Amino acid sequence: MRYEAPETLDAAVALLAGADGETRLLAGGTDLLVQLRAEMIEPALVVDVKRIPELCAIAAEDGGFRIGAAVTGAELGEHAALKAAWPGVVEAAELIGSTQIQGRATLGGNLCNASPAADSVPALIAAGATASIAGPHGRRQAPVEEIVTGPGETSLAKGEIVVSFLLPARPPHSSDAYLRFIPRTEMDIAVVGVGISLTLDESGTCGAARVVLGAVAERVLLVPEAAEALIGTAVDEAALARLGEAASAACRPIDDKRGTKEYRIKVAAVLARRAAQIALERARRN
Amino acid sequence: MPNDVKTGSLAPDKKLKWVGTRPLRPDGVDKVTGRAKFGADFSLPGMLIGKVLRSPHPHARIKSIDTSKAEVLPGVKAVVTRDDFHDMESEFVPAGEMLVNYRDMVRNVMAREKVLYDGHAVAAVAATSNAVAKRALKLIEVDYEPLPHVIDVLEAMEPDAPLLHEDMITAGVEPAPDKPSNVAKVVEFAIGDVEAGFAQAEVIVERTFQTKPVHQAYIEPHACVASVSEDGQAELWCTTQGHYVVRGHCARLLGMDVSKIRVTASEIGGGFGGKTVVYLEPLALALSAKACRPVKMVMSRDEVFRASGPTSGAHMRIKVGATKDGRITAAEADLKYQAGAFQGSPVQPGAMCAFAPYDLENVKVVGYDVVTNRPKVAAYRAPGAPISEYAVECVIDELARKLGLDPIDFRLANAAKEGTRAAYGPKFGPIGLVETLQEAKAHPHYTAPLGPDQGRGVASGFWFNIGGETCAALNINEDGTAALMIGTPDIGGSRASLCMMAAEELGIDLDRIRPIIADTSSLGYTFLTGGSRVTFASGMATIDAAQDAVRQLCERAAKIWEIPSDAVEWEDGYAKPAGANAGDFEPMSLAEVAKVAGKTGGPIVGHAQINAQGAGPSFGTHIVDVEVDRETGRVTVVRYTVVQDAGKAVHPAYVEGQYQGGAVQGIGWALNEEYIYGEDGRLENPGFLDYRIPVASDVPMIDTVIVEVPNPRHPYGVRGVGETPIVPPMAAITNALADALGIRFTELPMSPPKVLEAIGEAAAGG
Repeated sequence: MRYEAPETLDAAVALLAGADGETRLLAGGTDLLVQLRAEMIEPALVVDVKRIPELCAIAAEDGGFRIGAAVTGAELGEHAALKAAWPGVVEAAELIGSTQIQGRATLGGNLCNASPAADSVPALIAAGATASIAGPHGRRQAPVEEIVTGPGETSLAKGEIVVSFLLPARPPHSSDAYLRFIPRTEMDIAVVGVGISLTLDESGTCGAARVVLGAVAERVLLVPEAAEALIGTAVDEAALARLGEAASAACRPIDDKRGTKEYRIKVAAVLARRAAQIALERARRN
Repeated sequence: MPNDVKTGSLAPDKKLKWVGTRPLRPDGVDKVTGRAKFGADFSLPGMLIGKVLRSPHPHARIKSIDTSKAEVLPGVKAVVTRDDFHDMESEFVPAGEMLVNYRDMVRNVMAREKVLYDGHAVAAVAATSNAVAKRALKLIEVDYEPLPHVIDVLEAMEPDAPLLHEDMITAGVEPAPDKPSNVAKVVEFAIGDVEAGFAQAEVIVERTFQTKPVHQAYIEPHACVASVSEDGQAELWCTTQGHYVVRGHCARLLGMDVSKIRVTASEIGGGFGGKTVVYLEPLALALSAKACRPVKMVMSRDEVFRASGPTSGAHMRIKVGATKDGRITAAEADLKYQAGAFQGSPVQPGAMCAFAPYDLENVKVVGYDVVTNRPKVAAYRAPGAPISEYAVECVIDELARKLGLDPIDFRLANAAKEGTRAAYGPKFGPIGLVETLQEAKAHPHYTAPLGPDQGRGVASGFWFNIGGETCAALNINEDGTAALMIGTPDIGGSRASLCMMAAEELGIDLDRIRPIIADTSSLGYTFLTGGSRVTFASGMATIDAAQDAVRQLCERAAKIWEIPSDAVEWEDGYAKPAGANAGDFEPMSLAEVAKVAGKTGGPIVGHAQINAQGAGPSFGTHIVDVEVDRETGRVTVVRYTVVQDAGKAVHPAYVEGQYQGGAVQGIGWALNEEYIYGEDGRLENPGFLDYRIPVASDVPMIDTVIVEVPNPRHPYGVRGVGETPIVPPMAAITNALADALGIRFTELPMSPPKVLEAIGEAAAGG
């Protein structure tokens, strides 16, 4: 296995594009190293992206934030302005692993590992985040929900690297929240995850919303029907009940060692209602 | 009531200086700085890395094993398979709390005719690097004939179930069955007449229960380094609860003299019973003997789960009857324990413990030891007892509620006490069950208000505790310090508590005594750390060795003073004339006597070699509050109190640590831990991500109350405390859930999906 740690994006893209055999990007390594040790993968080339400055910065952009794909959960948690604008994104990233893991785990890695249960992904999609992707044919921008296509599968072409995420500017009275269910209190993988972002108008009516479910299908699901249950309402009991029903209806989970189909479908509704209430309280304060 | 136990070798009015205090442990600094050497921390020059090839099948006949390609891979220095181990006669030998059979053991460390579980060892290689060893494993060709498998205990008992051992005839049944089955043996304990007893009962509760196999989940995986020289002398470093037991097993399995194997125990990162058996050690020795180089082997976590022993899962039926005034008239239990691939589940102790907390006239317990295609079970903290007592304590709670009685009062009305004849035979000496129940009832926790969706449960538990063969030596150094040599690996702070007893006897400061765990060639045979025996048995040996040293110290002073040795007494670290008639001499300190030892007869060394008898059983009562999230089924333990009889807490902080650790393991057992097998018979969760032991944030601070009803058979009144704390939690939590939800769960673990489903069913039904 060859290990490279290029200092420019162009060099990284060239390495990936020119490689024969299986390649892997190394950011925090919190998934990659586990997979290597368990012999689930045997890549011919591992490209460490942590020396590429563009992947490691958080910057203000167009009233929003651009977050490098290799920024760690701990760095996100320490960024006060980001946390104030996107508490749901930050809390989702901070749920990944222990304090030690938080010093390594990244948003880009969490997305590109392509687990249906990735915690930060529902929050990023709910936030309407756009991924900036570098590749042999230049840059392209794609909504985060278009990156993962199935367990371990992405739409990235050979040589492409997710460089950063753009979180858009926030209108007033907006906020987000992420909740997951795990049997333990930490150090676990979501049985169900729900990310919700919403915006209220001056009267407190929900003008815009995005509802995203994790761990209930082969990939993270953006559920417009669930968002519609909230839009145009005061996010009252009736709206929350419809939200829950829409969330459950969108689930297409499997039975596995982490939970049954029935359980995931029921709990998706519960978490959707609870996450919406948290986002609502936060939005009212903004 | 610390420091006022009046027993044993001490004068009745003697105040204890060390026993009952909380000094720092001698191994503490090394452990927090990372200096301590655990099993995987040993290395030797020229060392090879050993790896095991494991079966991917739950059950298959091995038609052939071809290692030729692996053997010629550059860097491979040795390969072993079944052909490198002699077959053994069927012979059961006691191994503390469990029985072992060498015929089974040789097959468990290396599969012979068949593989019997996913993860069963089939071959092992030693190579110059980890990478070469892994490549070599891939070059070994095993031709398997897959066979139907059986994972569940009830399915294994069906007449048409796949047979693991074609020659297994159930023992303990008259007449003997004429056909083989997966039931290895049937055990029965009975007193009185249960039918007559149930006829007198006014209320009867009868339920069936299921528990899943759970792993001891020690954080440190199995690891060892073996080095066998050209002349057959072997050194072995390993993480184990009993290096003398490892030596004995390896000598038998490899046909070696015991004297040729010297075993040194490393620091141990948890064992809980699971490190009382051998897995890697005989393989490492065999590889090293072949390669004539040291061989290191370390299990991955995946291997620990797939191939080392959990405790049994079980299916049980419990029936208890009582009169309306709360007197139990009869109790009955059927216990079906799965043993894993080879017989020897802890169903016998499970059957003995089931009703041990109660003073009963009519009891019948029948136990079945059943083999299944899972890893062979190993001891796990009070082996067998947490399973049967869980089921019984749930029924006791339900009966109390049906009778309208407080569950502690109901237990008090039926509690075993001194003089009670236990259902399994013996009469109890002084025991502390009643005291733990009284303390629990008086504890503020028991009457504290509960919040919404919360419930409170209690349960009691019992474990025998054991003594056994034990050596100790105490070297008095020339400067008045001492070295204590013991043979029981220190799992729970025993070096500290043993030194405290030595300091008490010698009358010198604790920090003047340095303890070591001696290797098998330095100290006489000592049985393993298990059965909650170390503070009791190694404690007795330490006290005996210290008294032997004191006797010699008195003799030396007598020699100097030219008076008879019985005219010298030992007090607070000084030799003194025993009375006015003995003469008028200035007392001599231990250091003063030690300094001139060379001139008065040579070095002073206290020795003890005992078979410790009179271990005192320990009873405990737990109180737990749970809170249920009715929408997700999540159960949170919000408050927990352990009340247990320690006899005498030598080091109360470590006693409390045992109470807390047992409760936490029990919380995991109750709520989330289970082995999940696929249809293909392969283990799906061999790792801590999906085998969910509690993390720190899952549990509240566990409160503890140490009750001290002294064990009259120990000089300081010590009882073992390590195992009893894992017995009550599962029932206490189940009973708390019944209080919170009005639902009686009869299956472990009570994981969120199961709890949510039960809540849904109750809502639909009610």
